[in-house]
Amino acid sequence: MQEELFTSGRNIPNIDPSLQIWHWPISLYLFLGGLAAGILFFAALFYLLGKEKEYPTAVKTASIVPPIALSIGIMALVYDLTHPLYTWQLYTTFRIESPMSWGAWVLLITTPLSFLWAFSFYRESYPKTESKLKLFKKLKFLARTEHFIISNRKYIAYALIPLSIILGVYTGILLSAFNARPLWNNAILGPLFLTSGLSTGAAAIILLSKSRNERRVFSKIDLALIVIEMALIIHMIMGYYAGSQVQLEAMELLVGGEFTLMFFGFVILLGLLVPATLETIELFGFKVPVVVPAVLVIIGGLLFRFIMVEAGQLTRYLY
Amino acid sequence: MRYAMVIDTLKCVGCSDCVVACQTENNIPHGYCRDWITEAVSGSYPNLELELRSERCNHCDNAPCVRCCPTGASHIAEGGIVLVTPDKCIGCGACIESCPYDARYQHPDGYVDKCTFCYHRLKKGQLPACVSVCPTKCMYFGDLDDPNSDVSQLLKNRTYKTLAPEAGTKPHVFYLT
Repeated sequence: MQEELFTSGRNIPNIDPSLQIWHWPISLYLFLGGLAAGILFFAALFYLLGKEKEYPTAVKTASIVPPIALSIGIMALVYDLTHPLYTWQLYTTFRIESPMSWGAWVLLITTPLSFLWAFSFYRESYPKTESKLKLFKKLKFLARTEHFIISNRKYIAYALIPLSIILGVYTGILLSAFNARPLWNNAILGPLFLTSGLSTGAAAIILLSKSRNERRVFSKIDLALIVIEMALIIHMIMGYYAGSQVQLEAMELLVGGEFTLMFFGFVILLGLLVPATLETIELFGFKVPVVVPAVLVIIGGLLFRFIMVEAGQLTRYLY
Repeated sequence: MRYAMVIDTLKCVGCSDCVVACQTENNIPHGYCRDWITEAVSGSYPNLELELRSERCNHCDNAPCVRCCPTGASHIAEGGIVLVTPDKCIGCGACIESCPYDARYQHPDGYVDKCTFCYHRLKKGQLPACVSVCPTKCMYFGDLDDPNSDVSQLLKNRTYKTLAPEAGTKPHVFYLT
């Protein structure tokens, strides 16, 4: 038998008996960051491939989502800081070993670019509001800016491809860089969160799209991403199984422990397997309301972030 | 210069005097602490082994908290002491998540706080508060780079361990066993 006790009555708020340092805003941000990264990646990619007319939602209409998602995400991040008046200190330095420093800088560049991207497509994606934009025409400065951005869209797209990938990967690396939390400490979390982010991005495009062909193409993309995500999750669990004692204990939270139903029932079954099945059925020509798999994927992605953030903080080294 | 603390688990009686001394010296807010006593019992009755340890920040050589800090608030000061600059800390909690020893906490004023090896006392030539009050004199503090210091001599002549060495942090609080 081995038993350890704090005899000096240690009971520090948010630390004992298990960490509660990162709350729901972090999980929400990790989801929104991934979603925004996914949409921006598809927008930039299909714009550069010249598929603007074929996939108008991915390139134009859905571009309204990333600036909103990133803005809410950044507000959530700042809300979870306990010393928020010093947030500017993030931008006095760049710390190459700190994933959070990478994230802060990537957000600082990506968020304005996402606004510019949405702004440059505003007129095209929402033509009905044109009449309301009379004020716009009077402000020559704004019109000139718009023209300038539109003529430089290509460069924004080139920048968005690597930026969106870094943003998507970093939401996972942020967690996996902590060796003190065995559940998070596996290198696959970066690619896994990126894939999940791309998948939720594709699902959001499906939800917003009005073109049958576009929905079909993005259903296929989403299906492929779900298959990759399943493979990565299997690898993650295999990695825990083959890991040290602390990783085995961490895995027990997901497999057989208190997060089993949430993880297998909601994330894997309802968030991945059911939408994948529905999307496959649809590919064979059966009618499935597209909303169902898309909404399931998005909710599954959100729950996955919540489970990983919550469960990870329960795991630690014991000595 | 490489500061280290050596604690003799065979002499410690777990009186918590070090905990109270630290709270008083460093004005620790009520309900928080920078050091604490752990009682580890192993074996099965009646053959039980008891180990008492006064634990705190291990001032690691390979400090994960310093690596993950996005602003540089967590840094390694002279003598290998890991410190936090409150005016640079944004309270993101990354260092707390990264610490295998759970040695850091969020101060009610927002920034992250932890053991400093009583840096302010060291500068005056005094020992850390916990070491100076220990009634069984089971705690030693000194320079590992000096082969004649108490700590170097104890580590040379006694068996010792560090906490969670498998975390790869190279801790600098040593426990004599």
